[in-house]
Amino acid sequence: MSNRLGRLAPAVGAVLVLAACGESADPRENTDAAGDEDGGSSGGQVTLVMESWRNDDLAIWEDVILPAFHEQHPDIRVTFQPTAPDEYDAALDAKLSGGTAGDLITCRPFDVSLRLHEDGHLAPLTDLEGMEAFGDVARAAWSTDDGSETFCVPMASVIHGFLYNKAAFDELGLTPPETEEQFHELLAAIAADGTYAPLVMGTADQWEAATMGLQNIGPNYWNGEEGRQALIDGAERFDDEQYVAVFTELASWAEYLPSGYESMTYPDAQNMFTLGRGAIFPAGSWEIALFNEQADFEMGAFAPPLPEGQDTCYISDHTDIGIGMNAATEHPEEVRTFLEWTTSAEFADLYANALPGFFPMSDHDVEVDDPLAQEFLSWRDDCESTIRNSYQILSRGEPNLENQLWDLSAQVLNGTVQPADAAAQAQAGLERWYEPQQQ
Amino acid sequence: MTRPRTSAPPKGLDVEDTTASGRPPATRPAARPRRRFRTHLVVFIAPAAAIYTIFMVYPLLDSLRLSLYAPVDGVQTFVGLDNFVHLLSDDLLSDAFWNAVWNNLVFFAVHFFVQNPIGLLLAALLAAPTLRGRSAYRTLLFIPTTLSVVIVGFIWQLIISPVWGFVETPLLGQSSTALVTLALMSVWQYIGIPMILFYAVLISIPDELIEAATVDGAGAWSTFWRVKFPLILPTVGIVSVITYVANMNAFDLIYTVKGALAGPDFASDIMGTLFFRTFFGFQLQQGSSTMGATVATMMFLLILAGVLAYFYGWQRRIQSYQL
Repeated sequence: MSNRLGRLAPAVGAVLVLAACGESADPRENTDAAGDEDGGSSGGQVTLVMESWRNDDLAIWEDVILPAFHEQHPDIRVTFQPTAPDEYDAALDAKLSGGTAGDLITCRPFDVSLRLHEDGHLAPLTDLEGMEAFGDVARAAWSTDDGSETFCVPMASVIHGFLYNKAAFDELGLTPPETEEQFHELLAAIAADGTYAPLVMGTADQWEAATMGLQNIGPNYWNGEEGRQALIDGAERFDDEQYVAVFTELASWAEYLPSGYESMTYPDAQNMFTLGRGAIFPAGSWEIALFNEQADFEMGAFAPPLPEGQDTCYISDHTDIGIGMNAATEHPEEVRTFLEWTTSAEFADLYANALPGFFPMSDHDVEVDDPLAQEFLSWRDDCESTIRNSYQILSRGEPNLENQLWDLSAQVLNGTVQPADAAAQAQAGLERWYEPQQQ
Repeated sequence: MTRPRTSAPPKGLDVEDTTASGRPPATRPAARPRRRFRTHLVVFIAPAAAIYTIFMVYPLLDSLRLSLYAPVDGVQTFVGLDNFVHLLSDDLLSDAFWNAVWNNLVFFAVHFFVQNPIGLLLAALLAAPTLRGRSAYRTLLFIPTTLSVVIVGFIWQLIISPVWGFVETPLLGQSSTALVTLALMSVWQYIGIPMILFYAVLISIPDELIEAATVDGAGAWSTFWRVKFPLILPTVGIVSVITYVANMNAFDLIYTVKGALAGPDFASDIMGTLFFRTFFGFQLQQGSSTMGATVATMMFLLILAGVLAYFYGWQRRIQSYQL
């Protein structure tokens, strides 16, 4: 045994040395050199590297989206190079300052990307051909505060709502609710039956409580964009009655959550729902692809139910992903070519259908085949769209409103903070650093 | 240590011993070191020293330096101790910091009072002369230590999950229980370390001592406390200080199980997770390398204080026996 290992060791050593040699002959360097010498003639192919946090989408980019682009532009080769989502921002920062980042940068919405732009890492794209396909709301997430300059092409948004188990609803003879009153009756009926957990969500990871709870039903209370802008202007306060009301509604969910929800994580909730043990899942549209794959029952979706006496519905149609150009790229022309392609109807169609639940934000008419995704998308026609209220400007200081809402929403659901206290704490947090709220 | 004692005595031997070699002590230091400079020592130490300097000493010093700087108009500027003043006086930051320090001490206390005594008990049982299947127990008890923290966190999360596991109470979801639960998960994983260290000392105790005690009429209980325990006291100290350093630096288990926000309501937030959020940022919170370095420096100082207290308050006072 030890003899065999002894012989193996030099072999492993040799392989390691060879591997190290291989790396020094990076194929990218060759193409770069070739490109420079040929001046972009037929022989030179330019390779562009795309940074992203969407490692779940690797196969879709490589097999569906990028081949379509390569077919039209055989001289450009794009490689999709994702990092784990929770490491992306830190890793990208390090790579950009070290000068090793890819040519194409997937952009987080609002301040994270704005800072990269201000630091000169994301090149301006205001005059990019095809940019006119995006409205102001879509561009807002990747524009300077005054809206004069845009630095990423909006790629996709996600819509919040509720997914439900159709089989369970049929079995219990239930229909999706339209008002909050119906929603509560529905939850009570499911709870009384006892077969299914009425609402499947946990608070252990904290963000679900804020994102799929508060930001899901909230826009109906603060009237979408109107309320969001009013918070930014300082016209409304976070301890106003509508915010207390939404925390109160959130707190009322607690009795319908599975027992022990305080220690239930996001994957726990996903598994519980797709295993058919729950009836309703407060969701974001990004769940669709995974749930279609994992659940063996039919699912439906309904928009956040309307609070009493309200007839306009508001949905959180959150701008989530954009794509921009590394200002330090050696191939700005090719990068722009690719970015122009991402503004096209062809890209929107490919993307929307390859990733159901991620909705393109361009004005092109896109047919989405997936019925669930279609349902989410249809709410855009009837309801007013808005984005999460903590994302623009309000999370620039300490304490950070987004993190605070995670903590407070989870605690409201856990019953360790009262709704009115939660609203007051959020307001106190804003007042601490945000001038328009200090008056 | 079989080499004849011609130069400096091996550590641990006292002065009487060296003079016993018959040479006048005054002439020795002048005569020896110059003639025989031990080049091979330098050669052997150099690689380790170089790697350690580049990857440990330099980053540590640079991190200490960084804590004295802050970005002013986008430029790193020397600000003296401002970061520390800010960390300890700003109501938000200091609350978070003291909360993390307190949680860290609780985390350490659980290890100190649960892990180490149980480790000692297991070691004493393993060292019992009548035990059968000794190596099987030893291996089984040590295996968790070799597992990845991610696996340990995942398995325990499933075991105590109200959804999939055996425990009805959401232990990891309540502010009152989360931290202690996490600490006990860590105790379960690392119990093998104190156990092996204690075990190694226990089995090195010469049989004559035990036999003598038995002849003198001591039972198992008093043999343990009056003969064996004094002999393992130095190891108790070492195990304590190792536990302290490892716990004050802890991060991985809590980050794996509870994420960087270390909920609920920061009940499991320790200095490692606080450092992570401060340095790298979290979600929409932007990271600050200088404030992060300040938190890291405070961690370093707290650990240093603990280790110094151990050296001066414990190690210099207790008596070691040469076996």
